[in-house]
Amino acid sequence: MTTREISGKQLELDRDGHLTDASAWNEDIARELAGEEGIALTDRHWVVINYMRKEHAATGVVPTVRKITKNSGVETKEMYELFPKGPGKKAAKISGLPKPVGCV
Amino acid sequence: MNMEIPEPIKKVSIIISKGSLEGVYPGLIMANGARMEGIEADLFFTFFGLDAIIRKRMNSLKVATVGNPAMHMPTLLGALPGMSAFATHMMKKEMDKIDIPPVGEFIEMISDAGANIYACLATVEMFHLKKEDFCDQVDGILTVGEFYEKSAGSQIIFT
Repeated sequence: MTTREISGKQLELDRDGHLTDASAWNEDIARELAGEEGIALTDRHWVVINYMRKEHAATGVVPTVRKITKNSGVETKEMYELFPKGPGKKAAKISGLPKPVGCV
Repeated sequence: MNMEIPEPIKKVSIIISKGSLEGVYPGLIMANGARMEGIEADLFFTFFGLDAIIRKRMNSLKVATVGNPAMHMPTLLGALPGMSAFATHMMKKEMDKIDIPPVGEFIEMISDAGANIYACLATVEMFHLKKEDFCDQVDGILTVGEFYEKSAGSQIIFT
């Protein structure tokens, strides 16, 4: 576990670089984390982020890629375009959530 | 002492050679899982594995209940009419619970995720199949040589 400054806040990160406290997250943090991944957030990214945040708040579980593409309105192809090289992990990281657990 | 961190896997080439439901799913899950991790993936279907990409057959694959000791069922019982259909029904129900899609939808998902899907030429010729018999996601029919060529730098997984 490490602590570093993101968007002016001291935040604790787990070993995968995800925030340990989802409630410490805000939209500026998302923009900065996305920037570090080389992603400039668009409205479509926000559809995914908002869905993931909402789902996590309601169920306590980080949705898998399959759940996201089934329920958020963003389909598989687009999901891989929005978050290249690891859609589930990257989207979760930017959303301030832990890595999703699941095989699909 | 070598303290270097091992190189992460960059590409996998997964061969699916069996046509039963339990023979096809592991390869599909591994291919999709690779893409989710940002790993390139090629899927190569050969022998009875081809059923998973044949339009008319892909959604009616069955669990084999005979000759599989892990079914925990006497072979003769497994051979009774309806046994395979029953086991297939049960497995599909459990798969759905953990959000694993039916084969047709899964192939589409894997293709949309950026994996390439290939059929084996020798099997296509042996079974007298035509390009039209395959689902739209099939990217080509390859010889084994072409498969190895495309697998340059990748880990080959045979299932």
